[in-house]
This record gives sequence, structure tokens and C-alpha cells, in this order.
Amino acid sequence: MSAQLTQFLLTGLTIGAIYALVALGFAIIYNASHVINFAQGEFVMIGGMATESLIQLGLPLVPAIALAVAAAVLVGMALERFAIEPARGASATTLIIITIGASILLRGLAILVWDKKLHTVPSFSGDTPIQIGQATLLPQSLWVMGITLVIVLLLGWFFGRTLIGKAVLATSHNPVAAQLCGINVRFVLFLSFGLSAGLGAVAGILIAPITLTSWDVGVMLGLKGFAAAILGGLGSGVGAVVGGLVLGIAESLGAGYVSSAYKDAIAFIIILAVLFFMPSGLFGKKSPDRV
Amino acid sequence: MSQVQLKVSALTKTFGGFNAVEDVSFDIAKGKVHSIIGPNGAGKTTMLNMLTGVYEPSRGTVELEGQDITGLAPHALAGRGMARTFQNLQIFFNMSAIENVMVGRHLHECAGWFAAMLRLPGLSAGERESRREAAKLMHFVGLGDYLHAEADAMPYGALKRLEIARALAGKPKILLLDEPAAGLNATETRDIDALITKLAQSGITVVLVEHDMHLVMGVSDHIVVLDYGRKLCEGSAQVVRNDPRVIEAYLGSEESVSC
Amino acid sequence: MKWMSPRTGGLAALAALVLLLPLAMANNYWYEVAIQVGLNAMVCVGLNLLIGYAGQISLGHAGFFGLGAYGTAILATRYGLPPALALVVTNAAVALLALLVGRPILRLKGHYLAMATLGMGIIISIIVVTEDRFTGGPDGMSVPALSLFGQEISGERMWYWLIGGALVATVALALNLIESPMGRALRALNGSEVGARVSGIDATRAKVGVFVLSAVLASVAGGLMAHYSGFITPGKASFFHSIELVAMVVFGGMSSTFGAVIGATALTLLPQLLTVLKDYEMVVFGGVMVVTMIFFPRGFLPSLMLLIARKRK
Repeated sequence: MSAQLTQFLLTGLTIGAIYALVALGFAIIYNASHVINFAQGEFVMIGGMATESLIQLGLPLVPAIALAVAAAVLVGMALERFAIEPARGASATTLIIITIGASILLRGLAILVWDKKLHTVPSFSGDTPIQIGQATLLPQSLWVMGITLVIVLLLGWFFGRTLIGKAVLATSHNPVAAQLCGINVRFVLFLSFGLSAGLGAVAGILIAPITLTSWDVGVMLGLKGFAAAILGGLGSGVGAVVGGLVLGIAESLGAGYVSSAYKDAIAFIIILAVLFFMPSGLFGKKSPDRV
Repeated sequence: MSQVQLKVSALTKTFGGFNAVEDVSFDIAKGKVHSIIGPNGAGKTTMLNMLTGVYEPSRGTVELEGQDITGLAPHALAGRGMARTFQNLQIFFNMSAIENVMVGRHLHECAGWFAAMLRLPGLSAGERESRREAAKLMHFVGLGDYLHAEADAMPYGALKRLEIARALAGKPKILLLDEPAAGLNATETRDIDALITKLAQSGITVVLVEHDMHLVMGVSDHIVVLDYGRKLCEGSAQVVRNDPRVIEAYLGSEESVSC
Repeated sequence: MKWMSPRTGGLAALAALVLLLPLAMANNYWYEVAIQVGLNAMVCVGLNLLIGYAGQISLGHAGFFGLGAYGTAILATRYGLPPALALVVTNAAVALLALLVGRPILRLKGHYLAMATLGMGIIISIIVVTEDRFTGGPDGMSVPALSLFGQEISGERMWYWLIGGALVATVALALNLIESPMGRALRALNGSEVGARVSGIDATRAKVGVFVLSAVLASVAGGLMAHYSGFITPGKASFFHSIELVAMVVFGGMSSTFGAVIGATALTLLPQLLTVLKDYEMVVFGGVMVVTMIFFPRGFLPSLMLLIARKRK
């Protein structure tokens, strides 16, 4: 394999892992509530920005990360409690506008709490590039891919083996039946939003050392994570991960071999292509319309 | 002997391996009242949905006056003269009662965009006529009291009639009614009964999907019985009522029809 | 909405307002704001037909606005077309694009439709920023003045009359459409798509039609804005602008043409009033959207009017 291709693939996998985390966040919330959470990207932003502030305040890296993730989780739960819960039963359009409004609100707050400048977060283990054949890899990229892998495995265990995880899955399939089985559906929603926020925050913290962070870094990351979720099939966890990696690699290859100027457009072209030709994505469920 | 208006041949609808309707054939004669009956889940509404383009048949054909109309879209079938009502009301609650009926006339109206936006002269006259015709139909189905009502302020029984008025507005050749008596009390059912008889007398072909045996036996010229998606038997009310298979599958476990 | 004044009454009131407003305007700045309101209102009336009446959604309408602006700018600047002709050609091209793109997009429903329109809008905005040889990229490009029938339209006052007239015409067209068989067909689609279909309405054609109409209205407004400003930047085609437009329609009350005008007015004026609180602009904007949709899902204004009507009883 040529050095250039290897390089592109490594870059693609790195950013793809981030998209996978964001996409998982979308998938979890969509499964629990059938809401497309446009504010997902803002959790990514909060993760990176909060970590940077806490480090500036003197905290060591690990506690800063933990607190930043906790902050994002709280914001996620607040979003569910104050913006989604009051609008239960509203139409898809209404809910979309609510989460869009929430994302604008959060960005507005970010400007007030922080500022409009770019911020840096230190890499977890230094910046010396590692040689892989003829390509180089930043140590931070290894952190991104490694931690994403761990998280994906943990989530797989959570949803597949724990009672709470299964309760969440049951709610996503049939909320009424789940309630009748004694599952507290409201708690499940709360948990889902908190979990998704946490995932987003982790993604933001992982990538911040590489791409820097700012008040509006969440917009594009959120939308691209969403593209990945749609590609994989909205609601499918496996799909979210695969979709994220595919999108990351597609972007990297596209930027490298076709046109770097249109790199951002790739995600949206994928959205349109999937919606036109394969709306249920790679792993999504196809449901026939019943009248 | 009436001519065959609608010919259904080997119609089948499969949902992922499950045959909701399997290999059903029958003829609809012009100007008569036909009923399709059967227990819950027999495939009656699926059959109706196939006849009106809401579902595409998996196999089989439907011919209207000799022309193949299998698989045509709902609006195209409306254009060919097929009109229907729904078991779960599909009323336009965001409009007034009379506007609901006027929508039924869509194919007879001037639906041009530019004519509409520029309010060309023909349009106003057309609007007035639409309104007049709609009002007449509302009187015909007994909704004279609701001429100025909003759809979302009308009782359930009235809405069932409103849907019938809307279906009639298109001047259809065949009127397909999906459980028009569902959810109605005894008085309202008698009124629907009378309305269907009135419709039959006006010469329009009626196809009725219904549960209410009194209504069906009293009003039908011809009955098709479905069970588990297949045709069990067909014939006049007399024939069907006495068929042992029908009695076993359907009538036996319900209150017996003693009329 | 029942509480709105009858068609001709409302239209007359709007025309009167447009005619008499200059008497209250203190200086050029007020004219500028009025022109901005008028342009946004034009787009919103069209978008309201799509969202409020036909029950669809578009998160990418700023894309059409941007295409209208950049289309006429590029044709007039780089290809030397007279601006009036550039406007006509651009809008025809946008109509065609909306027709081609609309068919596959409007087969989708609910949040899938929202995402597809979002994707479309963002792709347009990326193209606008990237093709800088044509568009001037992030820095924008200048646009020549518009001349109609040999008379150059310049200065706030002339543009005010042009935009004001265009707005009244737009509202008249929209009202006429709503009261027509096609308007009923659109509303029927919103009420029950299957009910509309069996009544003879070609749902796809109707949806595409209103999509194209709303796209053209957006692009007309975009083109006029371009010639008025003399300079355009990619922000006009951005995702954020698309959201602003939806917010205006939603705030003013869907299913109401006048509501769309009022919504556009309110949310265009809001940032002006908030210049003191410039830093809080996004917080307020986002907050307004969330609160409106939770407590007034049918629009802030209709709910307000209902409250007032109830208090009177």
C-alpha cells in the first residue's frame, strides 16, 4: 500500500472514530425518543471547551476530562428535561425546531461563558509523530481510535448484557410495552440523553488536541455525525459505528484524491444519496407503510 | 343481468411472507350493492386498499370496464371513477366541512397554479359552483345542519357521512365504503343503511366492507366472504347466510342472523 | 386561521401600511430595516406555503435565496447581462433546479425530508464558498445596480417602493392560491395525505409545485437583495440563515400568510432591538425558538390572539 494511501486511511479512521461516537449519540437518542437531536454537536463542543477551561484553572488532565464529561451529561439531561419532555407528542417538525433552537441557545451560551476564539487542549501523550511504515500517526490519533474502541465495546456490553441496557432497548422498540413491564420510560429517556451527551463530550475532548476547539466546532461535527448515523441506518448502533468510519475514510480519500476544497460536502452528498436510494441506511430496519 | 364493471382476478397481497389476501377473484356488477365480509383479519381492508391504489397488489389483476387498472396510483384511480371512504377516518380536520367535500371535486375543478395565483375569471365562477355542488351533497347525505361547520367540531357519526359526501363529490362510478357503520350506534347505523340504499337507487355501484350483518344482509345484492385472506364463498345474501362454511367461520360464533 | 381578517381586508391593510409607513420613517436606517423586513417576509410567505399549508419542511431554503443572489450577481458581473435579465434567467434556473431536486426529495417525509433539504442547502452554501473564482469566496462579491425600464433603482426610498410592491404582490399571489382548488389540495395534503390522494390529488405533483413556488420566491428575494446591497457574502446561503427563516415562519404561525409576514417582521426587528444586547443575540434567538415551539406550537402569534380572544369572553 502506498504511503499516501496509508496516510489517508489513518487520518480517515481517526476522524471516522469521532464521527462514530457522535453518530452513536444520535442513534441512542433517536432510539429512545424518535427525536433527531440537532444539539448533539454542542455536546462535542462542551467537552472540548470545558476541558480546556478546567486545565487553564489548574486541574490535571484526567480530572478535567471527567468534570467536562460530567458537565456535558448534565447539559444533556437538562435538555431532555426542559426542552424535550415538555414537548412530548409533538410533531417531527416541532421537535426538530426545538432541538435546533436548543443548539443555537447552547452556542449562544458558549459565546458568553467562553468567547469566539480558538482554544487548544494539550495532547494526552505528547505530539511526537509515530512512524507506521512510510506514514505518520499522531499519538493522539491512537488515543482517539483506542478509546473509541473501548467505548464501543462497553456500549455493546451495556446494551447486550445489563438489565438497564436491555430496558433502554426495549423502550426503543415499544415504549408502551416497556412501561407495562415496569420500565420507567422517563428515566430511560433521561439516561439516553445523558449517555449521548457523554459520548459527544468524549469525542470532543479526544479530537480537540488535533483540530482545536471553539464555540461553533459542534455545528459541522454534529451534522457529519448525523450523516454517519443516517448512512449506517438511523437507530442502529452498529450502523453508527460503521457509518462513522466509512464517512471518515470517504472524506479523507475524497480530500486527498479528488478535491480538498469540497471535503465538507462529502458528508452531505452522502446524506442525500442515502435518503434517495437507501433511506434505511446500511443496517437500518425497513418498515412497510401500513394504512 | 347486469354487466361486469369491475373484474378482480387472483388478487394477492403479501407482507413479508404473510399473505394478507391470497388469490381472490370476483366480479362487481354495475349499479349493484356488493359487500365484502369476513372476520377480523380476513383481509377486507387490504382488499379495498388494493382496489383503490393504496396498496400495490403482489399478484393478480383488476379491470375496470375492460381496462387494466392494476397498481395504478390512488389519484389515477380516482380519475377513473373509483372513490372510497376509510375505516379510520381520513378527514381533513384542518378545513371546514364543506371544504372537505369540495376537495372531493378536485378533478372537476380548475387546478392550475397560475390560474389560481392570478385569480383568473373562470376560477371564481368555478369556486362558486364547487361550493354549490358540495352543499347539495351535504344535504344528500343528511348533513344540512353542518353546512357552516368546521370539520374538527363535528361528531363522529357526521364525519362518517362527510367522508361519503367527499367521495361522492368526484361523481364516481364505483363507491367503496370501508366499514361505514363502525363506531355508530343503532340509530346512526339505520341512517347509514338508508343512505346506502339511497345511493344504490341512484345507480352508483357500491362496494361495502362491513361487519354489521344486519346492514349487509339487508342492503346487498351480492356478497363475497373472505377468511384468512382467501375467498370462502360468494353469492346472494340467501346463499351466503346458509353456507355451512360461512356459518362456521363467521356467523356461528356471533349472534345468529334471524331475519 | 379564523381570526385573520378576510382576504381583501388584510391585503388592503398591508398595502395601506406599505404606502403610509414612509410618513413615520425618521431616516434612511429605518428604510433599510423596512427593506430587510420586506425581503425576509417575501421568502417567509413562500416558505409558509410549504411548511404551514402543505405540511412539509425545508431546512435549506437559504440555499435558494443564495442561489438567487449569486446567480444574478455572477450573470450581471462576469457575463455582463443587464441586471433585470440576469434576475429573470436566474429565477428560471432556480425554478428548474427546484423541479429536478424536488421530485426525489419530496418523496421523503418527516425528519428524512428535513435532513434532505438540510443537505441540499449546505451543499449549495459550500459550493458558493468554494467556487471563489465565480463567487469571490468567503469575501463575497460586488453586484451592479438594478435598472428597470431604463431607470436605475438606487437609494433607500426607491428600493423601499420596489420591495414593498413586490411584497404586496407576493402576499396577493399566496392568498389567491390558498383560496383556490390547488390551495385546498395543499391543505388537504396536510390534513391527510392518503385522503387527499384518493380524492384525486397527485400528491407528489402538488408538493413539488409548492416547493418550486417557495424556492422561486426565495430566489427572487435573494436577487433583489443582491442588487439592493450592491455586495453579497456566503452567509446569505448559510444553514443558519435557513434556520432563521424557518424560525420566522414558525413564530408567526403556520397556516397563515399574514402570520408569516408578522413573524418575519418580529424576528428581523429583534436583532435590531437587541443591538444593546448584541452578545446575547444567539441565546435569545435560540430561546425564542425553543419556548415558542414548546408552548405555542401553532405559532406565537396565533396562540396570543387565541388568548386575547378567550379573555374577551
